[in-house]
Amino acid sequence: MIRQFAERLTAKIDAPLFAVVCSIMLLGLATLYSAAYQAPSRFGAQALNVLLALALMWAAAQVPPQAFLRYAIPAFVTVLVMLVCVALFGDVRNGARRWLPLGFASIQPSELMKIAMPLMLARYFHRHEQTLRVREFAIAFVLLAVPTWMIARQPDLGTALLVASAGFYVIFLAGLSWKLIAGGGAAILASLPILWGVLHDYQRRRFLTLLDPSSDPLGAGYHIIQSTIAVGSGGITGKGWLKGTQTHLEFIPERATDFIFAVYSEEFGLIGNSILLVLYLTLIMRGLMIAANAPTFFTRLLAGAITLTFFTYALVNMGMVSGLLPVVGVPLPFVSYGGTSLVTLFLGAGILMSIQYHRALVQT
Amino acid sequence: MAEIRNTQRELYYFQLRLGVAGAVVMAAFALLFTRFVYLQVVQHQYYDTKAEDNRISIMPMQPNRGLILDRNGVVLARNYSAYTLELTLSKIADLDATIDALSAIVDIQPKDRRKFQRLREESKGLDNLPLRTRLTDEEVAKLAVNRYRFPGVDIKGRLFRQYPLGESASHVVGYISRIDDRDLARIEEADQSANYKGTDHIGKTGLEQSYERELHGTTGFRQMETDAGGHIVDTGGRNVGLLKPTAPAVSGNNLSLTLDIGLQQAAERAFGDNRGALVAIEPSTGGILAFVSKPGYDPNLFIDGIDPVNWDALNNSPDRPLNNRALTGLYPPGSTFKPYMALAALELGKRTPAQTIFDPGYFMFGSNRFRDDKASGHGYVDMHKSIVVSCDTYYYMLANELGIDNMARFIGQFGFGARTGIDVEGEFIGVLPSPEWKQKRFKKPEQQRWYAGETISVGIGQGYNSYTPLQLAQAVAALANDGVIYRPHLVDYIENPKTGERSYVEPQATRTIPLKPKNLEVIKRAMIDVNREGTGARAFAGAGYMSAGKTGTAQVVALKQNEKYDEKRVAEHLRDHALFIAFAPAENPTIALAVLVENAGFGARAAAPVARQVLDYYLLGKRAAKPADPAPALKDDDTDD
Repeated sequence: MIRQFAERLTAKIDAPLFAVVCSIMLLGLATLYSAAYQAPSRFGAQALNVLLALALMWAAAQVPPQAFLRYAIPAFVTVLVMLVCVALFGDVRNGARRWLPLGFASIQPSELMKIAMPLMLARYFHRHEQTLRVREFAIAFVLLAVPTWMIARQPDLGTALLVASAGFYVIFLAGLSWKLIAGGGAAILASLPILWGVLHDYQRRRFLTLLDPSSDPLGAGYHIIQSTIAVGSGGITGKGWLKGTQTHLEFIPERATDFIFAVYSEEFGLIGNSILLVLYLTLIMRGLMIAANAPTFFTRLLAGAITLTFFTYALVNMGMVSGLLPVVGVPLPFVSYGGTSLVTLFLGAGILMSIQYHRALVQT
Repeated sequence: MAEIRNTQRELYYFQLRLGVAGAVVMAAFALLFTRFVYLQVVQHQYYDTKAEDNRISIMPMQPNRGLILDRNGVVLARNYSAYTLELTLSKIADLDATIDALSAIVDIQPKDRRKFQRLREESKGLDNLPLRTRLTDEEVAKLAVNRYRFPGVDIKGRLFRQYPLGESASHVVGYISRIDDRDLARIEEADQSANYKGTDHIGKTGLEQSYERELHGTTGFRQMETDAGGHIVDTGGRNVGLLKPTAPAVSGNNLSLTLDIGLQQAAERAFGDNRGALVAIEPSTGGILAFVSKPGYDPNLFIDGIDPVNWDALNNSPDRPLNNRALTGLYPPGSTFKPYMALAALELGKRTPAQTIFDPGYFMFGSNRFRDDKASGHGYVDMHKSIVVSCDTYYYMLANELGIDNMARFIGQFGFGARTGIDVEGEFIGVLPSPEWKQKRFKKPEQQRWYAGETISVGIGQGYNSYTPLQLAQAVAALANDGVIYRPHLVDYIENPKTGERSYVEPQATRTIPLKPKNLEVIKRAMIDVNREGTGARAFAGAGYMSAGKTGTAQVVALKQNEKYDEKRVAEHLRDHALFIAFAPAENPTIALAVLVENAGFGARAAAPVARQVLDYYLLGKRAAKPADPAPALKDDDTDD
């Protein structure tokens, strides 16, 4: 009886995906415990976030992909409207207008766009599967550009990057011609000077300090310098859990959120980093496998895009903390403190599970 | 069928693209892994050192500053420890908000804010400044509890300087105050930067300044674990063993002075409310027994930055309490110059003691009439009488006969118009008038010329003559010591507080003036009679010892020809200065002194009584004064009454 119930409960949960996501999440909780030693309430809050996110993942896994297809447009429009609301009367925190107060809680609609965007584009390409020409790709790019631009001007470069990449993955997987990709790449390179003009001062500084962090050791370069020191001083074996000096002496800013990888890396060293890389790689490979086996164009695109978004998260965050990429606000997936991003990520995993479970059902 | 094939082809293309994406993922992760290997293996040592540098601060340990004690061991400058509230400016984003928030926890007066503001303006190079000093235990406890709320705010235990006697001897002892930009430059120049790492204060004036090196000591160093906010962390748990042993701080040396604070305070009392200076020297060593400049000031006010109200009061006072009159005040010696003139006459063979002149009350030089103080004249005057009654006419004539070159050469031997070499900084040189001096001093040819009439004014200690009270004291000490001049000095010995090892300042005879004993005898006898029957007789009536002295009155404004000085009609600051030089006991002098009382009129009336009180105190047992007892608390020990 109990066993039956448990089976029904876990029937639609993809075991490999679940195992790897939970492993990463547990490592994350352990790291957060160390990073947030001064504010222990954060650990509890994150544990609650995890529970909520797991529940949502489970719920998403129960929903058949057709439902996602059906609700793609309403979801996209709703999030878009929320973005407009944010722009009009959102809360300003740390100089950025990102938050929408909902009375009981406040959320970042830009985070939800990370899911809504690939949903929308996957649905769009799915509908026009037979007639994919340049026009369809152009329309897709417009659908991608508008929310991205709205998020970028909040300003929230990190989320804009993730939304844009999620959308781009859909377009790429839908079969955007290599010529157009090459041409687009060239066009982006050419427009860099214009982009430079649009960026905020602090964003420009971050790019400049990436090139030479020591040019501003107490200002914008401080994050990079200190996190690189944390990573490097971790060595092969790390300093041990709860023993990171950079972490515990407060040299790492944002150590519970965007820079939590510095904490992890300092305490667990190269061995820990390798384990984390392997876990992420497993996650991504499993996701790509689900995409490859997905029955419809929509589910393929959606699964592929969500999976590759996980990759973007991981690459941009670890690259930033280790000084390879500029500082943009991208969390370490399934690890960084923060409810909204955790929910979005687990929701993505849930969608992957749904696609995987329902693949045979659709094919008939 | 075609549709299926089409679907399969599309699936193939899709999977191809997934494959490309997968390859990109692998490549990117490989890049990340390479980066990790680079940072964590190749560069590990470098970053590990950086992390250690972050973690470990080398904290300087401030040495105890040496004490300053008088010749009997009475403490003139000492230290006490107390807690201060310090702000590290670079770590505080909003200074005003932080101070506002702190004022809810500890008592922060507008005065403290003003002082802090002033400190900030004056010390641009410094990051760490005190907002409040002398925190109470309760305040320390409250701050400790709230410390996490205030990055860049620290409570530090510090040693504070204290001058328990307040105004007494303030000009000699001087004071320390916070190191400013100029001090920093000087410290750097002296290659002392490392030694001043933990030091906020430096000697600014007096002995605190001139003996800075001895007093400061050697800064120690200790390794500490600190967090990003600069706070020292409780090292429990982490690698405490790595922290290297410390280099201890070495306390500064104590200064033991030749100054007798009892005598000093007796002298200060003797001045009453008058402005002036007094320097008393032990003739046989050059050791300074008393060094008074009145009015004084409380040096304790300066230690942590004087607040603007007090500063204005001191700096703008017409009495100029901050001036060290004994060291930098320049005054004409008036008639205290006469014994040296007389000695010059004897040594140069221009007069015999018995030779007399007739004083009709003036001396005619060409058509100019040089007036004697006594309008009716002193009648027939020999050398002895000329000193005892202080006859001007005698010296007008003598000056005219000696000539300025002889006068300058002979009298210059007593150190007039030359640096004495005393062990505090900033002494003034003054002017020993001579044609060469005038040549250098003035630009225009007609001003550079020396006029014979000028020689006559110089002969009675007026004219261009201007000397510090210290020089006057040194000269009379030389007279008392039969022509041997010792370099005046305030420090008797420097003592290592730990080992008790003392290094004495050896008395240093800088010059021996070749003088015939019989000539000296004439002068000394005349000076003894000044105090027995002459101008000093009233002041020294009934003294229980034999003393030698000479009164003087120095004009502040030059009188016109034939004009008579009327004290009541002249504004106070233009009134004559009263002077007196003396040594005692006359036969075997143990003390020589010069007194100057500003704008007090005749030396006999205003300066001689001061000298009498000081000599009484020194020679007759310290009768009138209690020895200064070091105050235990922070009260101003103002012994003026």
